[in-house]
Order: sequence, then C-alpha cells, then structure tokens
Amino acid sequence: MKLSKNFTNPLAANNPIIVQILGICSALAVTVKLEPAVVMGLSVIFVTAFSNLIMSLLRNGVPSRIRIIVQLVVIATLVIVVDQVLKAFMYDVSKQLSVYVGLIITNCIVMGRVEAFALGNKPMDSFIDGIANGIGYALILIIVAFFRELFGSGTLFGIQVLGDWYTPNSLMLFPPMALIIVGCIIWVHRSFNKDLQEK
Amino acid sequence: MGMRNFIDKIKPTFSKGGKLSFLHSTFEGFETFLYVPNTVTKKGAHIRDCNDIKRVMIMVVLALVPALLFGMWNVGYFAGRVGFDAFWFGFLEVLPMIIVSYGVGLSIEFAFAQKRGHEINEGFLVTGLLIPMIMPVGVPLWIVGLSTAFAVIIGKEVFGGTGMNVFNPALLARAFAFFAYTPQMSGEKVWYAVDGMTGATALDYMSQPGATMEGFSVCDAFLGTIPGCVGETSTLAILLGAALLLFTGVASWRIMLSVFVGGLAFGYLFDITGWTEYPAYYHLLVGGFAFGAVFMATDPVTSAQTNTGKWIYGFMIGALAVSVRVLNPAYPEGMMLAILFMNALAPLIDYFVVDRSIARRKKLIKNVK
Repeated sequence: MKLSKNFTNPLAANNPIIVQILGICSALAVTVKLEPAVVMGLSVIFVTAFSNLIMSLLRNGVPSRIRIIVQLVVIATLVIVVDQVLKAFMYDVSKQLSVYVGLIITNCIVMGRVEAFALGNKPMDSFIDGIANGIGYALILIIVAFFRELFGSGTLFGIQVLGDWYTPNSLMLFPPMALIIVGCIIWVHRSFNKDLQEK
Repeated sequence: MGMRNFIDKIKPTFSKGGKLSFLHSTFEGFETFLYVPNTVTKKGAHIRDCNDIKRVMIMVVLALVPALLFGMWNVGYFAGRVGFDAFWFGFLEVLPMIIVSYGVGLSIEFAFAQKRGHEINEGFLVTGLLIPMIMPVGVPLWIVGLSTAFAVIIGKEVFGGTGMNVFNPALLARAFAFFAYTPQMSGEKVWYAVDGMTGATALDYMSQPGATMEGFSVCDAFLGTIPGCVGETSTLAILLGAALLLFTGVASWRIMLSVFVGGLAFGYLFDITGWTEYPAYYHLLVGGFAFGAVFMATDPVTSAQTNTGKWIYGFMIGALAVSVRVLNPAYPEGMMLAILFMNALAPLIDYFVVDRSIARRKKLIKNVK
C-alpha cells in the first residue's frame, strides 16, 4: 500500500468514528470542552501508533492463539503510561477525563487497527496507520468539542469568545447533543462521499 | 374561478421543462393548498376517502382554534386586563410566536422539499401552531425559532420528511427549548414575563411541599383560568377541539381514552398510597395533560398503529406522565417526557402486537389440523 494513501485514508474516507462508527462512547463523554478533547485525541494517537508499531514488530513471534492477550498487555501498558504522564503533568485535565483515559484500552479503534492492520503489515506502515487513525479520531473529537464548547459555554479553550449577549445552550453540555453533532458530521461527510451512501 | 384559471395559466412555467421548473414543489404546494388535486394514485392498494392529508391537517388546525383563542385571552387575563382588552393583549403577545414558528419551519420545509423534489404538504401547519401553544408566553422569540429549526431538521427532515418522523416534532421543539434554555422555559419566573409579573404555574405550585388544593380550584383548572403555556390551560376548550377531532375521525378515540384512563389509574394509585395529596382527576385538568392527550399523543405518525397497541401506548403515556409529576420533583410536568418516550417505544409495541396475533393464528391452524 502506498504510504501517503495509508496516511490520508483514515482521516476522511475511512474515518474510524464517522465511517466505521467506532469509539463513539468516549467521543460523547470527553467533548464538553476543547481542552480535554485535544488531550484525549493526543493520548489515543500515541496509543494507536505505538501499539501498532510494537505488535507489528512482534507479529511473527506471537502464536495466533494467544495474540489477543499479548495485544491487551501491550495496549494496557501504553495506556497506563499515558495515564501516569497525564496525572503527573496535567492533573486538572486528567481529573476531567477521569476514567476515560483508562478506557482507551477498550476503545475498539486501538484493537481494531492492531488486528486488522498491524498483524499483517511492516512496522513502518503500521506506525503510520496508527498515527493516521488516531488523528482521524482526534479530528472528529475536536470538531464536536469545538461546537459543544462554543455554543454550550460561549468559550473556546476556556477563553470567553461569545459576549454577554449570548445565552449558553445547556443542551450542548449533555451527551445526546454530541451524538447529534456526530450525526450531522456524518450527514455532511456522506453528502460529499456519494459512494458511502447506503441505498 | 378567476384564481383557478390563473393557476392553470401559469402552471406550464413550473412544470417539467418550464422556465421555473426548479420551483415545482413550491408551486404545487400552493396549488394543492388552494384546490383539491384531481390526480389519482395509479398503483398499489389504497383506501378511497374524501379526506387527503391536507384536509386532515386543516381539521387539526381548526380543532386547535378554541384552545388558542382561550389561551390568548388567558394571557391578557393574568396581565390584569379584562374583556376584549385581555384578548387583544394576549393576541399581540402570541402572534409573534406563531409568525416566527411558521416562518422558520415553513422555509426549512420548502427548502428541503425543493431540494429533494418532494411535494410540500400541510403537516407543518399543525406543528407550527402547536409549538407556540406549548411554550410559555414571553419566551424570547429566538428560542421559538431555534427550537422550531431543530425540531424540523433533526426531528423530521433527517428521517425523510413528513410521515417518517419517529418523534412528535412539536414536542421535540419543546424538549429542545426545555433542556437547552431551562431558566427561560420553566421555573417561577417565566410565566408572566409580561408586564413584569411573575408567579408559579399550577404544576410548579403542586410540586412544592405543603401545597394544598386551595391554590387552584378544580373549576378554575377546568375552565382554564390558571397560569400555564398558551394552549394548555383550558380543559374545556381542549375538549371542544377533541370533539371535532373525534367527530371527523381524524384522531384515534382509543388513544385519547386510554391516556385519560392511564392517568386516572395511576393518579388514583398515588392518591390512595399517600404519595400525593391530589385526587386523580386533578391531574387531568392541570398542566399539559389534556392538551397532550388530545393533540400530541394522537399524532397518527408517531403513535402505535395497531388497535391493541394504541390502548397500551395511550395507557402508558397517561401512567408515565402522572408518575413523573408525582415521583420526580425535578420535573413538575411529565406529559412531554411521557409522550416522547412512548413515541420511541410505539414501533416496539406494534411489533409485539403483530407478533402475538401471528402466533395466535398459527396455533389456531395447528388445532384445526
């Protein structure tokens, strides 16, 4: 597979959230504000990239019967590293994200990419694939969080953007609105990518 | 028939190949609004009836008129006006809400119909009138407009337009406004933002500890001289509308009846178990219960379709609405949540009713053999 295509594909045409509909749970939970959404996006990029790289390096040495356990060990280790780093250096954000950092282990995108890509491809390709899928995930998170923070609190990254005339829309702070925004993104995305439309 | 001739004359311009053919839907919408279309359905099974969807919708609008007129007078009454002055005052308060709701909703409907090449129908005439009637008077007009836009786009158009929606669009508009702008929509401050007067609605009053029946008498609640949303206060005016809907066969009597039965049954249950001080019938008179039962729960698109299903669906709405009112102090009014919840469950109820009917017939065949 061509390297550039390998990188751009997960960003839009095969985006993990809006096309494969994976990782929805955390996308609803951490997108009330932009800051946690960005941190969450970066964490997932790190985990997908390195779990892909490590599993791709190990792929010929791991018997396929126990591969899931090995994958879990690798992913869990990476997630704990992320969690500890966040707790040490970004304590406030870590508190906002609460359990959702730990739950990256169960994020279908991470294991999905390891299973679907890393086990059958070279380390460099797998690494790129992991980064790209993480970015695809982070991109949607940031778009959703942008709208939710802007219209729900009138701020961006905690800085007041909309003036006093603006009445915050508290529905934006509830998770259902994140689902509706993801739905709207899918709507726009499909209207540009006709081949994704279901008949 | 000067108008008919005029429409026939300009028709080719909007038909296929004409100059303005891209406005075909808009033209057709206006034409069929003014005159009964003479086109006949060509294929598939269909029921012959002199009522088409347009006539049905107009009937609902007519049924809403008594409650609307009374609601306008009531607004003026609570602002301290009397007689016709009260009505005129309320009229000027409510009219902008209706204009905004129709303006926003119809422009979105027309845009979508035009884009998709659908026909435009009168479905929104009902929704657009219901929305201002279930909002408090004096709610900022931009909230009315925004909730209407949300309800039409997210509640209706994404599912494929009229007849395809899962939830009642008018209630969705209210739910949006209620959850997004809670301080402006509920609480003690909003109901008479008019003239700087404030006061609690009957339901808010009921939900407070130590409330007694003396707050609002049964007679007041029945006639409608209690504070509340524009259309919901007068049970009498709503019953007039209900009579018209039932007489013309537009709304299902099964649903209407079973909502009241469900409300009464659970109201009675809570009364005798000591959860609430209020007698069961009082629940049917205050708040949006009667309005919801007559105009919202009976929406043919979002309600259950089978006859047995309608009984279950209606009963559950009444029961849930009263339960929310009594058991959850955070929500004085439960009708909106009850109807929306049962809207979501209606297809499931139908599924089980149909499934059971099939199973019963299969058993019958087995026994015969």
